[in-house]
Amino acid sequence: MNPDRATPRSGGRLMDMVPHLILMMGVLIFAFPIYVTVIGSTWDAATIGRGNLPLTPGGEMLNNYASAWSESQGNRVMHTPVRIMMWNSLVMALVIALGKIAISIISAYAVAFFRFPLRMVFFWMIFITLMLPVEVRIIPTYEVVANLGLIDSYAGLTIPLIASATATLLFRQFFLTIPDELVEAAKIDGAGALRFFVDVVLPLSRTNIAALFVILFIYGWNQYLWPLLITNSAEMETVVIGITKMIGNGEAATDWNLIMATTVLAMLPPVAVVVLMQRWFVKGLVDSEK
Amino acid sequence: MQRRVIFDNKALPYLLLAPQVAVTLIFFIWPAAQALWQSVHLQDAFGLRSQFVGLENFQAVLSDPNYLETVKTTIIFSASVTILSLASALGLAVTADSKIRASSAYKTLLIWPYALAPAVAAVLWMFIFNPDIGILGRALNNLGYAWDYRLNDGQALTMVILAASWKQVSYNFIFFLAGLQAIPRSVLEAASIDGAGAVRRFWTITFPLLSPTTFFLLVVNIVYAFFETFGTIHALTHGGPGKATETLIFRVYQDGVVNHDLGGSSAQSVILMVIVIALTAIQFRFVERKVHYS
Repeated sequence: MNPDRATPRSGGRLMDMVPHLILMMGVLIFAFPIYVTVIGSTWDAATIGRGNLPLTPGGEMLNNYASAWSESQGNRVMHTPVRIMMWNSLVMALVIALGKIAISIISAYAVAFFRFPLRMVFFWMIFITLMLPVEVRIIPTYEVVANLGLIDSYAGLTIPLIASATATLLFRQFFLTIPDELVEAAKIDGAGALRFFVDVVLPLSRTNIAALFVILFIYGWNQYLWPLLITNSAEMETVVIGITKMIGNGEAATDWNLIMATTVLAMLPPVAVVVLMQRWFVKGLVDSEK
Repeated sequence: MQRRVIFDNKALPYLLLAPQVAVTLIFFIWPAAQALWQSVHLQDAFGLRSQFVGLENFQAVLSDPNYLETVKTTIIFSASVTILSLASALGLAVTADSKIRASSAYKTLLIWPYALAPAVAAVLWMFIFNPDIGILGRALNNLGYAWDYRLNDGQALTMVILAASWKQVSYNFIFFLAGLQAIPRSVLEAASIDGAGAVRRFWTITFPLLSPTTFFLLVVNIVYAFFETFGTIHALTHGGPGKATETLIFRVYQDGVVNHDLGGSSAQSVILMVIVIALTAIQFRFVERKVHYS
């Protein structure tokens, strides 16, 4: 035991407060913009547009969210109803997250558990994709997707983002730690490679899959440049793009109430995933960057 | 590295690799090759014929004063975002680490901004700092400070730097906190018994032991500032006013998508690829060393 802690002195207590003050200030700086946005989404457009937004909730919450959610026409802006945009974002996030996990786990299994000609060639080919983020190869990738006729489709929105060296490397790393005895025992029992994958490898990978899912879901939900290029029609718009389209050039007199309600709705799913799956999220983040 | 015990199917591994290899070939290797090819060719106005021009596209890009201006903006932007978000995250992590009992509550309250899209972070900042409707934007003007990031170059750059850093702090915080918690308590206690104060302990023990994390984050943050902040800039300033907040990635988009200059845009893409490959190589060299020593 630290004697300083056991017998609190007035000076010690004061010094103990300083870290809390610093941390609370940090929390405040992160929470304040969100708070203002949530409050804004409960007032009418005119109040916000005049620049007199109070710091307490107003009475327009239900109207604003209902209008943003299902209608496509505010007083001044046309927009895709948020329920359609949220659905598109959800499809994009889920297909990217689950697709990446699925194709990475089987390719990592192939590289780790088999020996075959060209194995290292394939491994390096996957590895170098680590160095080509979508932003860097954006124009030529767009041309390939256009030539395949996938513009404005879920396939065009998701498949080009599905290859992931990070997930493959993470699974391969984990597979190398599975004891040889386990594989031998399975072989003696007459289990083939696929049987071993389904009965042993998949259950063992549960934590890694959950951790990766959180990271990849957020990655998919938050995509910006790619959906901006690939989607043309209103029915394919994702919610993050939808917000900036609604803002346009940011005139004072616009439907700020609807824009703020849409922003709150756009933040909810990824924030919920991070907060509810915090343990896996931190693990996934730290592991996948190793 | 390879396992000792393996399965010996002939066709199965190829089948398992097929989906990933197909996606990689079609959407990574092929476009990257296209970019390389286009960067050394010049297309006519109708896109019907193209002619080999060697390094002319690169020459044109690199001798364009506008491009060099964009390089300068990108360096100022990336350096500011990296330093600002690393320094604040380190400060918060060190503080949270010293308060172990409350730190998990603070952790939850500090990590969730990671979930926000860069563009959404930009929009939140706009709600606060917009000179017409933003509470702080109006307050600045009421205090007599002419604040309008839509018209003033320096203010626009400040705005995108702050919004981009704000979003990145939580990511850095998570890694710094993990790094701090891996430092053995006994070392710090020994120094404390020897009479080293908190500041001295930080600079002589904590900071050096944290250097692998710091270095790793340095690379990640530079990559973030280079590429992922496209959404921040697009949502907040569209590169403007003028070209005041135009970064390299924003210019690739501008030249390729808006201005349809394929050769120039491809040459820029190739330059960016070289930058990313260099950064990744540096990072891997470092990771290898860390694995080696631990």
